[in-house]
Amino acid sequence: MTTTSTQAPPGKLERYGLSDDQLRAILRNMLMQRQLDNRGFQLNRQGKIPFALGSEGHEAIQAGAAMAFIRGKDILAPYYRDLGLAVGIGFTPVEVLLSLFARAADHNGGRQFPNHYSSRRIGMMSFSSILAAQIPHAVGAAYALKYRREDGRAVLVTFGDGTTSEGEWHESMNFAAVHRLPIVFLCENNQWAISTPLSMQMGQPHIWKRAEGYGMPGEQFDGFDPLATYDVVNRAMQRARSGGGPSLIEGMCYRFLAHSTDDDDRTYRTREEVEKQRANDPVPRFERALVENKVLTAPDIDALRKDVLRETNEATDEAEAMPYPQPSDLYTNIYEGAWEPWQ
Amino acid sequence: MPTTITMPQLGETVTEGTVAQWLKKPGDSIEKYEAFVEVSTDKVNAEVPSPVTGTLSQLLVKEGETVATGTPIAVIDEVGTQWAAAPTQRAPAAEAAPPSAPAPSSSPPVAAAPSAARRTQGAPAAPPPAAATNGAAAPGRDGSASLRGASPAVRRLAREHHIDIATLSGSGQNGRVTAADVLAAARMGPAAAVGQAVSAAPGPAAAAGTSTYNAPRFGTTIPLNQARRIIAERMVESKRTAPHAWSMVEVDVTNVWKWRSREKDAFQRDHGYSLTLLPFFIRAVVESIAAFPLMNARFAADGIYVNADVNIGIAIGLPANLIVPVIKNADKLSIRGLAIAAGELIDKARRNKLKVDDLAGGTFTVNNNGANGSIASAPIINAGQAGIVTMEAVVKKPVVTKDDAIAIRSVMNCCLSLDHRVVDGYVASGFLAELKKRLEAMGPDGAI
Amino acid sequence: MAIASPSKVMTNVEAVRSTLYDALKRDDRALILGEDVGNRGNVFLITKGFIEEFGPERIIDTPIAEASIVGIAVGMAMEGLRPIAEIQFADFIYPAFNQIVGEAAKIRYRSNGEYTCPLVIRTPYGGGVRGALSHSVSVEALFYHVPGLKIVAPSTPRDVKGLLNAAIEDPDPVMFLEHKRTYRLIKDEVPEEYFTIPIGKANLTKDGTQLSVVSYGLYAHQALEAARKLEEEGLSVEVIDLRSIRPMDRSTILNSLRKTHKLLIIHEDNKFGGIGAEISAMVAEEALFELDAPIRRLCCPDVPAMGYALPLEEEFMISTDRMAEVMREMVKF
Repeated sequence: MTTTSTQAPPGKLERYGLSDDQLRAILRNMLMQRQLDNRGFQLNRQGKIPFALGSEGHEAIQAGAAMAFIRGKDILAPYYRDLGLAVGIGFTPVEVLLSLFARAADHNGGRQFPNHYSSRRIGMMSFSSILAAQIPHAVGAAYALKYRREDGRAVLVTFGDGTTSEGEWHESMNFAAVHRLPIVFLCENNQWAISTPLSMQMGQPHIWKRAEGYGMPGEQFDGFDPLATYDVVNRAMQRARSGGGPSLIEGMCYRFLAHSTDDDDRTYRTREEVEKQRANDPVPRFERALVENKVLTAPDIDALRKDVLRETNEATDEAEAMPYPQPSDLYTNIYEGAWEPWQ
Repeated sequence: MPTTITMPQLGETVTEGTVAQWLKKPGDSIEKYEAFVEVSTDKVNAEVPSPVTGTLSQLLVKEGETVATGTPIAVIDEVGTQWAAAPTQRAPAAEAAPPSAPAPSSSPPVAAAPSAARRTQGAPAAPPPAAATNGAAAPGRDGSASLRGASPAVRRLAREHHIDIATLSGSGQNGRVTAADVLAAARMGPAAAVGQAVSAAPGPAAAAGTSTYNAPRFGTTIPLNQARRIIAERMVESKRTAPHAWSMVEVDVTNVWKWRSREKDAFQRDHGYSLTLLPFFIRAVVESIAAFPLMNARFAADGIYVNADVNIGIAIGLPANLIVPVIKNADKLSIRGLAIAAGELIDKARRNKLKVDDLAGGTFTVNNNGANGSIASAPIINAGQAGIVTMEAVVKKPVVTKDDAIAIRSVMNCCLSLDHRVVDGYVASGFLAELKKRLEAMGPDGAI
Repeated sequence: MAIASPSKVMTNVEAVRSTLYDALKRDDRALILGEDVGNRGNVFLITKGFIEEFGPERIIDTPIAEASIVGIAVGMAMEGLRPIAEIQFADFIYPAFNQIVGEAAKIRYRSNGEYTCPLVIRTPYGGGVRGALSHSVSVEALFYHVPGLKIVAPSTPRDVKGLLNAAIEDPDPVMFLEHKRTYRLIKDEVPEEYFTIPIGKANLTKDGTQLSVVSYGLYAHQALEAARKLEEEGLSVEVIDLRSIRPMDRSTILNSLRKTHKLLIIHEDNKFGGIGAEISAMVAEEALFELDAPIRRLCCPDVPAMGYALPLEEEFMISTDRMAEVMREMVKF
């Protein structure tokens, strides 16, 4: 992690009504995301886990969105790069590590790939590796909220730029608009879909502009800025919660790492491009912004980092010590009752 | 699906063809492109290859007949058609004709039918049959040409109920023995198995020659038990399907008799069975079979099958029954071994302990008929075998020796009934000559 | 004193309709979504009048988008509703394959039971209605392979009601296949009270001793008719209506086989890889020594679909006479 940046500091901080504590919480979330993210790669290189996905570059957009999420009310339908968003709405580091280590105590019993979180407790819907497949689910959940007249609740569904090419994304947007559902479609545009750049993915490079085509409001924001993110997400969620219908919002960020531990991004993009984007790294940028606006001091940040590392280490140890699922666990929870096809 | 083959046009201006020779007969399997008929025209003689793989089911034109090109000459059932061309009526149970297709009303093919006219041996004198036809597996009885063997259910039920499938007549397609047939036989009681029919015989079962025989009273009707029913069926089947021919030789058994006499006390002491002439005879028989393997064959629709093993059945007459337990691989046994094997089987038969397996698999049968003084008999062949040979009574007789002197010798006739589809005069007389030679060369001593 | 429950004679399509109506009345969480289910009342008039009574929130006319018809229903189910999704014709189901097989079937499994998917997908299938290439296919073979799904294909009005209720009640995704030819063709008494039939139980529709015939859908009726014809000829054929494709009823099939020792499977779906293949394999594995004849599958040919021209449809479909012919052959084997 780098603490310096070549860019000029952002200047006076626009807080959008957030308190100091909330700003600190946003930074902590960003640091925790990066630390846990990194821990996944470390464990992979140690040979302890076979697979990890990176989300470096998404810290601001996810911490900002998490801050706009009302715990206990809203529903999140994330995708597999939403480590920070999950943690931001209450998924614990231990739960993250249990997923990485595929232990029996993991929410999914070690069945899913890492980063495929779900937790009914915090309102985070289960999803698969199939891009866009979860988006109709999110729309269905939003329909249920509206059907039950549950005001003050909304669904936040997230996805990357590549997913917006899928037919099911399109069908979901369409249906949500027809029925004015309480849902926010948040695109974390990190400009790469594995090896496919934006220019090969779509004819209209501004995803938010499609909103008009579907009949809903759209907005774009700086996904490297957690507070700008918070503002846009918050307003969109408020609109949804109060019966104002769906929106499509797009935060621009960048995927600093390869897609996963199985991907080598040197095969499709230059180091220069990545370095250039690194200059926008949201973590040091936000740290600097908080220090300059006297929300935190540099030693505070240091201490925060150490605390995040401590928590990560404890979570790692705790999760690693837990047992794997039993072989017999393969056969459970296929149906409520008997699973044999011949009965 | 049946494919009709028509007379091909062998040549541009040719308008007709003659079936010169059928190379296959109904029931034969044919590969695509395999020649199945020879056709001649005024221009050319040609073998016609089959357009399909399957079973030849009907020949529509006789050898020598000339038909226009395009005329149907044969029908072939293509492979994979075990359901096709099934007769709508159940095939008659004892039908031994090739069961591949419903028999058309037109005459069967003319190629190589075993000719009854070629029987050269005299007719048998017609004493009552001395051998039964129990226990041997019948060839080709199990069903249609395209489904060999009994179904899994039939095999299991037969095993569970101790029923020899070969003893059943089938009510299924093409004479197939069905599960229902086996169950019906099982319901008729344990006597459904012929081997177990032994237990239905009244009184203690006795080996041939002992005298516990209950003669029926005049004017009574003896009900047919399962064993009698099966014996009757098998006898009829054998006589109807195999054209029986008969021959006899006279054998000087003086030396072998001496040999036997020398060995008998020690043998009795060692093994508890008495040593008869039977094992010596069987030894000579299997050696003669080795020289004339056709005696160890059986006739089937698709060929004469020369059995791999030599399993000799020994006919045992019991007061109310006839059984033929089988010595398996008799050619691998010494005289002593044969004596022991025979002794065990006879002992088991006496004590009603024979199993179906003891009665199955026979390839040739020997009948020791002479106990009561018979000097000639014309036994009925066990269906599925090519012959049956007897040992008649050993009689002391004056004979003319090599140097034209008269001597008293022990003489035993050996009578052979043979299936003239399999064995002809050359083989039959050759076999008997070989048997005589070997028997006369045995003894007066040696290792048994 | 037992009082016979009142019943009503109705066709298969009427049974679907009345069962859906009762379900919506009984459970506020139940709703119906699909193309033309609202104002049109479904192309077979199954939901005619529903939108007037239950409102557009519960009877949803969806856009033409099969993937999301199912996908949105999955989300509704995950969030506690009881959606009954309709795919207008089974031939249109392919875009929804991802959501059915990749998502609905795996919701419970992948979340280790934390999320469930109590979803019903109803669709009319089958031919004999001059439906040609895109209104006649059978799709059960595509889906019955998938763990996590349940699939039923009832053939009588009573079974329709009992199994549809069971499907709606089931906590897991159930595909409810309705043979469209039987919609108005099959009519019978149906009890008026609420009842369910367990998913996974076949129905023995005729006793027999010489042959077991297993079928479902339209052909369950034709097979029964053919078996009755054979009865007049003195041949005794047992007929089983599977009703449930996944899970499938093992004991009814095997108990029948132990009696008759011969098995004939009749289905309208293409032969290769149809469900007859699975039944044959199971029987060969578990009851080989009950078989007195090769298992036989009488199925529609392995062509993409029946044609529109009448000779093409007739060539594809299997007549009752043909069924009787095959049954006869097998009994006499």
